[in-house]
Amino acid sequence: LDVGEKGLVPAIMPGESGGQTLVEKIIARAAGLARVGPGDLVTVRVDLAMAHDSSGPRRWRPRLEALGARLWDPDKVVIVSDHYVPAVDAASAAILKETRDFARDYGVRRFFDMRGISHVVMPENGLLKPGMLVAGGDSHSPNGGAFGCFIQGFGATDMTAIVATGETWLETPGVLRIEWSGALGSGVSAKDVMLFLCREIGMENHGLVIDYAGAMIDALSLDERMTLCNMAAELGADTAIIAPDRKTLDHIRTHGGEIDDDALLRWRSDDDAEFAGVHSFDAGALAPQIAAPHSPGASASVETFRSTRIDQAYIGACVGAKLDDLEMAARVLKGRKVAKGVRLLVAPASARTTELAAKSGALTTLMEAGAILLPHGCGACAGMGHGLLAEGETCISTTNRNFKGRMGHAGAFVYLGSPFSVAAAAVAGAIVDPREML
Amino acid sequence: MGRAFVFGDDVDTDVLAPGHLMKLAPEELAKHCLEAIDPSFAKSVRPGDFVVAGRNFGLGSSREQAAVSLKLLGVRAVLAPSFARIFFRNAINLGLPALVFDGRGVIAAGDELELDLASGRLVNATRGVTHQVRMLPADLLAIIDAGGLIEMLKRRFATA
Repeated sequence: LDVGEKGLVPAIMPGESGGQTLVEKIIARAAGLARVGPGDLVTVRVDLAMAHDSSGPRRWRPRLEALGARLWDPDKVVIVSDHYVPAVDAASAAILKETRDFARDYGVRRFFDMRGISHVVMPENGLLKPGMLVAGGDSHSPNGGAFGCFIQGFGATDMTAIVATGETWLETPGVLRIEWSGALGSGVSAKDVMLFLCREIGMENHGLVIDYAGAMIDALSLDERMTLCNMAAELGADTAIIAPDRKTLDHIRTHGGEIDDDALLRWRSDDDAEFAGVHSFDAGALAPQIAAPHSPGASASVETFRSTRIDQAYIGACVGAKLDDLEMAARVLKGRKVAKGVRLLVAPASARTTELAAKSGALTTLMEAGAILLPHGCGACAGMGHGLLAEGETCISTTNRNFKGRMGHAGAFVYLGSPFSVAAAAVAGAIVDPREML
Repeated sequence: MGRAFVFGDDVDTDVLAPGHLMKLAPEELAKHCLEAIDPSFAKSVRPGDFVVAGRNFGLGSSREQAAVSLKLLGVRAVLAPSFARIFFRNAINLGLPALVFDGRGVIAAGDELELDLASGRLVNATRGVTHQVRMLPADLLAIIDAGGLIEMLKRRFATA
């Protein structure tokens, strides 16, 4: 390992000719090479680094001090307090204070203190753009691939090295293209697509980037595209990406980011690019999907789990409580009430989400149905905040993981579903096909 | 020489480091490592012991405490046929060898193992057999030899 000026790992000579994938174009640009191919170990410069209160400053500061290092570029570092928010005890308050102190001491101006979940706050501020190479200190960082950037999750030591040096090493992944033709039916969403894929292509897509394409993807909002990319983490993929289109650029511009139209031509896979594999699915044939405890891959059509009783319905997390998600739940809950003996908890993904849902009326619909509004943030999805489960309790959740013990007691049972399915289960008191309520 | 603790496929980061305990100091959190699937693990594991597991070890969160906990408990190495990307990087960065080796059916719980990291030779003294684990690339071995990525970076910053 070369720890000299040139970086951590020497670049291996890149491949010869032929088309390149979008992923290869971004990595080659960040590595300062003409081109790269799958398997190439390269050192890349990072365009943006993100961390949250759990994996960031409290882990970084002692290591940076041991190194005698400062941040390589404070303006390329984003810090978001979203895990221990708002503080529920002295320990979480101390973590949040430590995070604030770090942002101040190290000159990080892009510090979002309790404004929402990092993966949603970054695009809300126009920070993610096509062609960027981004390092995120959280496993659901692939969420940002919806904006055409190459964004991966890293642990705290890797992130410390990245914010100290501005670079890291990576093995150039292959690209698995997943094409969706047709259109999703009413009551079927991106979340159903992901629960289906966790079963269909498995959770061990190591060394691959998921590249979504096709008519169904083109028709999706950026919120729904984020859901697809977010759960690439559950697919075990290196990350996910969706080539930018007009919608992507509009979203960036309306959220304060600057981007040229040229991005559409530059940041796309060549027509003759080589993919590690291609899967094709028909969106019209997809039914709502539910994942059983304790794996997102333990999924099946909603019919399989019909009548499973629930104690709690949870709408939350980066993947499951964006504006589109709350709107989906509201469509089901309009004029209906949460079943007796069931609690419906709603933790919006960000302050902005709560504000927009209030304006659109979705929030009123949820409240009228009997939902309990929780603070925005990672909340119970990450085993923090409000809404954790007792032994023997059953929950259906819009979150992305249902690992044993993640949402409270190891003896609790968590089913995963779309906002449509979670809202419908809250009304029925048991899992039902949400299409019956639309 | 250390004993084998054997686990199945898809050992995730929530069983390695439960989310609702992430506020705890690392040494306290480590006491709960794997308790959801083996309540006695943290109490019985001793420095030098091995974790032998199935596919996709460490899937889930980026939380480094998943690897930190194993390191603090003194685990010599994790052997599995495949690792989730972030866990693998975290382990190497902390100086914890994560080695690709399919021990299912050949290593039983309690088997006495000895590993030579440089050669990739894994001796099962209980069964009297020697296995070859997949060698780590020299670059990654160098991180482990340095005592982790931060130790390695210290040299870089010291000479900068």
